[in-house]
Amino acid sequence: MSDPAHPAFRRLFGEIGTVDAVGVEERVAKYTTRSIKKRAKVFGLKLAVSMVDLTTLEGKDTPGKIASLCRKAVRPHEDPEIPPVAAVCVYPAMVRAARRALGADTPVRIASVVTAFPSGQMPLKTRLTEVRTAVADGADEVDMVINRGAFLAGEFARVQDEIAAVVEASGDAALKVILETSELETYDHIRAASFLAMRVLRAGDFIKTSTGKTSANATLGNNQVMLEAIRDHYLATGIPIGMKPAGGIRAAKQALQFLIAVKETLGDAWLTNERYRFGASALLNDLLRQLEREKTGAYQAPYYFSEATESY
Amino acid sequence: MPTLTAPKNPAVPRRGRPAAELIFGDFWEYDPAPETADPKLKPRYELFINGEFVPARAGKYFDSINPANEQKLTELALGGAADVDAAFAAATRAFEGWGRLPGRERGKFLFRIARLLQDRAREFAVAETMDNGKPIRETRDFDVPMAAAHFFYHGGWADKLEYVAPGRRLAPLGVVGQVIPWNFPLLMLSWKIAPALAAGNCVVIKPATNTPVTAVKLAEIFQDAGLPPGVVNVLTGPGSTGGLIMAHPAAAKIAFTGSTEVGKVIMRSVAGTDRRMTMELGGKAANIVFDDAPLDQAVEGIVNGIFFNQGQVCCAGSRLLVQETVADLVVAKLKQRLRVLRVGDPLDKNTDVGAIVSRAQLDTIRHYLDVGQKEGATMWQPPCRLPAKGFFLPPTIFTGVTQSHCIAREEIFGPVLSILTFRTLEEAVEKANNTAYGLSAGVWTDKGSRILKMSTELKAGVVWANTFNKFDPTSPFGGYKESGFGREGGRQGLLDYARLV
Repeated sequence: MSDPAHPAFRRLFGEIGTVDAVGVEERVAKYTTRSIKKRAKVFGLKLAVSMVDLTTLEGKDTPGKIASLCRKAVRPHEDPEIPPVAAVCVYPAMVRAARRALGADTPVRIASVVTAFPSGQMPLKTRLTEVRTAVADGADEVDMVINRGAFLAGEFARVQDEIAAVVEASGDAALKVILETSELETYDHIRAASFLAMRVLRAGDFIKTSTGKTSANATLGNNQVMLEAIRDHYLATGIPIGMKPAGGIRAAKQALQFLIAVKETLGDAWLTNERYRFGASALLNDLLRQLEREKTGAYQAPYYFSEATESY
Repeated sequence: MPTLTAPKNPAVPRRGRPAAELIFGDFWEYDPAPETADPKLKPRYELFINGEFVPARAGKYFDSINPANEQKLTELALGGAADVDAAFAAATRAFEGWGRLPGRERGKFLFRIARLLQDRAREFAVAETMDNGKPIRETRDFDVPMAAAHFFYHGGWADKLEYVAPGRRLAPLGVVGQVIPWNFPLLMLSWKIAPALAAGNCVVIKPATNTPVTAVKLAEIFQDAGLPPGVVNVLTGPGSTGGLIMAHPAAAKIAFTGSTEVGKVIMRSVAGTDRRMTMELGGKAANIVFDDAPLDQAVEGIVNGIFFNQGQVCCAGSRLLVQETVADLVVAKLKQRLRVLRVGDPLDKNTDVGAIVSRAQLDTIRHYLDVGQKEGATMWQPPCRLPAKGFFLPPTIFTGVTQSHCIAREEIFGPVLSILTFRTLEEAVEKANNTAYGLSAGVWTDKGSRILKMSTELKAGVVWANTFNKFDPTSPFGGYKESGFGREGGRQGLLDYARLV
């Protein structure tokens, strides 16, 4: 064992147990056969709306775009029965614009991606400064990325210390720790990274699947592995950690399947936007489209709810 | 749990908190989602003999009821001795042509049957669920597709019989008598009929008394497929009719799936004859979980192993052997999982556990629950609301079970899991093999070499590794010891329906 990584991996996996990929995928396939109808569907769709972190993370974002996104977040639809979304999620440079658009007294929280999102390849000092700045500018929540390079090199202590440093820097803001599951690749790694993060997180903080900037994003499989990690951590410590799948969830039907996974793995206490979020943009309009479908019995013309987030 | 690097300042003080618990309540109840396809049931079904539906000679009928609401579904002709004779006579006549038909022509019929079954998959799934009580999720996703898969698979064999054994050819046996159980009515029917037909045999088959509906519905498909008259004859009736089929002198081979007791009676009745036999009997499978196993997936496998089809599966993982070091954790995880299993209306697409097939079977299972508690094992059932009518039973687990307990030795054939512990691999093997049965077993471990070792030491026809209750037409299925002999599925299953010439 000349490679220093091995003992670290082995020790962590020995502690938290392994994951069988075939078994996980079989389990989540059952969620997709659940049939959610009528009132349960409307309830689920509204719940999903209230959990959306309405996101725009583009180089071409402008204060104007952020302002329109914020208005959509506060009032997703003309129907007053439909709740506002949980948060808007923007780059740090747009936090002030978001705060201006939303004001101080708003149900919608402001989340900022931080720590050199999406790669995280910046010196720790720079990353921490970014966190403090975002919070000072008015972010209620910060979404950090973990150091995947350090993780894959087996430097778990470093990964965890960095997360702990961000916890400290984030002050009162809630922290979401992005594992970037597609770069960790295996379910074993995802479970291990979840534990590394959760052990330094506070109640009310989140773990999050992905940045949305790589080819593979949230799946029912990695969602399940992370939910099970949250469950095991909660039962051992009593600390409830939230979960945020991000990227790739575009259809209302998918969102309901993710919520079924939450309901059947973590139970009722996680069916709230304080503990579960969807990092998404296109999803919101599909949720609204389906809600309108449930209300009127007919699908609206495609131009009623655009698929492009530009039009928010 | 110690942390890898202890947090410098624990974020939340954990002392003095009540133990964390998960709440599985009614915050987001699923609305009923019944499958609405029409099962297209007739009020009365006749016997299927010589390609036609004919009343029983005695003119009697019996009812088939829906175990989920105890209402009559339909009535079926009650076949007797004269009908069995007529069926064998028809099959014997049909064999003259069918046995000589080129394999590729026989294969066409099998493919046609498979496609027709796929076309009517939803209808068959609903009919099966109403007749048997198993959830629509299973009939729709498992029973019906798998039944079609068996016809497809064996249709593929029909024109390749010359290549099964090098230098030899496969010849059909003649007329085969088959009796099947009620736990997988359509699937058992298919995996008995398909290889028999592929090899060129003709069939007289009796579905179980409790679950005859999909068998006679499949006979309609045989008609639609233009299967020559007499090639398959379906007789409905009581167990005694099955006995007549098994003992009929015109049968060149008999195949039986069912309980070990009945299997022994049948074997006695044909002792001294040269009739070939396939017996697929009971089981008391050990599902063995080592401490390095991926536990959440193992729990899922345990649930699939014993609560699939309400545990009414001959290869069900009814004995859980779990390594002592993780026993408490596995039981805790299992209980959590069982709390979200949905028991209820089998036609609801969200139902995980449906109805027990009959009042009699429910009584048998309840008897075992009493026995288990009297023997000192601890019973646990998740809280669940059962429908007022119908034969329902919550998933049940027993902890503190030992090898000497009745519930660890006898096949219960219901959603009842007996949990035992072990310390070493040798002890696990010893306990797993310490049973009259040997149909299946499961091994859960992260270590590949251990899987290989276990699979050679476990005396079971099927050993599943890190999974359970997986079936495929290409894979032979069958038992050791009192679980029977002969194989079904795969090349081996085909050979049991043919002789090498």
